[in-house]
Amino acid sequence: MSAQTDPADLPGVTKRQGPGSGTPRLPGPRGGRDRKVGAPSGGGSGEGRVLNVFSHGVLVIWGLLVTMPLLWAVVSSFKDDTEIFGSPWGLPSVLHFDNWSRAWDKANMGQYFFNSLIVVGGSLIGTMLLGAMAAYVLARFDFPGNRFVYFLFVGGMGFPVILALVPLFFVMKNMALLDTYHGLILVYIAYSLPFTVFFLSGFFRTLPTSVAEAALIDGASHTRTFFQVMLPMAKPGLISVGIFNFLGQWNQYLLPTVLNVGDPDKKMLTQGLVALAVSQGYKGDWSGLFAGLTIAMLPVLAAYIVFQRQVVAGLTAGALK
Amino acid sequence: MKHGKYRFIAGFLALPLAIYAIFVISPFVQAIYYSFTDWTGLSPDMKMVGFDNYARLFRDDVFWAAVGNSVTLLLLLPVVTLSLGLFFAFMLNVGGRRRRKAVIGGVRGSGAYKILYFFPQVLSVPIVALLFQFAYNPESGALNAFFKAVGLGRVQPDWLGDPQIALWCVMAAMVWANVGFYVVLFSAGMSSIPKDFYEAALLDGANRLNTFFRITLPLLWDTVQTGWIYMGILALDVSAFAFVQIMSVGPGGPDYATEVLPLYVYQKTFRDGQAGYATAIGVSLLIVTLVFSAVVLRLGRRERLEF
Repeated sequence: MSAQTDPADLPGVTKRQGPGSGTPRLPGPRGGRDRKVGAPSGGGSGEGRVLNVFSHGVLVIWGLLVTMPLLWAVVSSFKDDTEIFGSPWGLPSVLHFDNWSRAWDKANMGQYFFNSLIVVGGSLIGTMLLGAMAAYVLARFDFPGNRFVYFLFVGGMGFPVILALVPLFFVMKNMALLDTYHGLILVYIAYSLPFTVFFLSGFFRTLPTSVAEAALIDGASHTRTFFQVMLPMAKPGLISVGIFNFLGQWNQYLLPTVLNVGDPDKKMLTQGLVALAVSQGYKGDWSGLFAGLTIAMLPVLAAYIVFQRQVVAGLTAGALK
Repeated sequence: MKHGKYRFIAGFLALPLAIYAIFVISPFVQAIYYSFTDWTGLSPDMKMVGFDNYARLFRDDVFWAAVGNSVTLLLLLPVVTLSLGLFFAFMLNVGGRRRRKAVIGGVRGSGAYKILYFFPQVLSVPIVALLFQFAYNPESGALNAFFKAVGLGRVQPDWLGDPQIALWCVMAAMVWANVGFYVVLFSAGMSSIPKDFYEAALLDGANRLNTFFRITLPLLWDTVQTGWIYMGILALDVSAFAFVQIMSVGPGGPDYATEVLPLYVYQKTFRDGQAGYATAIGVSLLIVTLVFSAVVLRLGRRERLEF
């Protein structure tokens, strides 16, 4: 790693505090900035200061490493091909918005976007409903075979998906489900169930039993209790796992690559992007490609920034359990 | 009541279980069966060949290249990704200078760093893979252009085209895409460690390196272990497939330098029409996965006995 680069050279880092500098505060024109980083108190131990500059340096470097490629793609999407090749790091002389419209219409990105919306919308609803149903039954009812079914579901988390793909292709073919929205929806649901059932059954187990019992005594059926009492109570868990599934299904690449190859107009966004990269690479429309990439990238990033807390909670909830 | 209960259970389980059995369980079971046949995947006829497919694996150089690369990824990817994740998380949470009251504290703006670092995690693998593919492009890519700009114009590596470094290039993209998740995950874990632990250690004169290895890491061990398994599966399965298939030349090249097991399964099935043989490779991949999980869990358990 390039961790050894002098952090003081980077923007956003307080200057004039070389590693090893024992003086707590250097007077200078940048005094205001100085105060922002270092609290004036605490004896200003040498270690603290050195570490602070060092850690900011390292953190800023990684921050740049993360943002530069994304910015570079966005900037490139406004250039024309000569600029992309001639000055990869320069700014576009004119903003070429036509790249975007070309990618959206001619390269079908709009259609792919729409396909992804349909499939992910359908499979997300299906996954949440079916996953919650199975998880609820497995978490709260005693019946013979309960553990077996549970481990059957949960076991699916650990197996390499690629192994199942070959036979899956033929299962789908025999059921005439290849290259259809509903076929892909069913498969997405099936492969999302292991984690969903695992996570939600853990969640249902932690909910108080008394509320459900009260509902039953009041004469509600099991089904009604589930939909009107338990599901609303499980909302935080549903949101977490819902976000997890949304991102997983939206970003799904392997399943459509194998199961969705017949009709070029039915491609998912991820697939379409790769197909675009391959064909545009030959045609030489690099600016269109960058525009396509940006079209695929920006909505997800925007959604992430808006729902940042929920996304992080949803994605990390599973791993922390 | 009792009657109603079983009808309810059956009613609620039937559909999810049916979908799961048809699309997940049955293909897995079939895959193991197919691995003992000479099925092409194109026609319905096949015959049993016993362990022939498995015997053939031993003579298949590409298979061994794929095993080597997959195991390299499996060993290095989690180490690099998790170390970077731990390092940054520690910086963010403990690396700050001491303030008046708090014994330890994160650097300023740690929240902003976390938001930023998480970016790649929400992008799909194709987006990341394509981004890096452009960056690596030897003629017009950002990397070589950068080298030229800083006066290293003579160093113009072929990146993905060079068998010596192609796998490392792919791996760098995978690390880039995943570090942010672990920064956030470990940060969450670190913030739940009681502050008095650090207080006591600092009073005893421990420096930050010591506090990391004596307090933070042991108390985070469970999370690290989960992350380790997660990264391992990623290195063996879907993610590795997508990165290599999109980024590498060939794909899997140059000269099989980036061939990995899941990609080889895919190629043998859908490109070469050797579905029976492909599933045998898949079964070997399954075995590697299971061994890996068992080893990690085993090592983790021993480690935990220490305190």
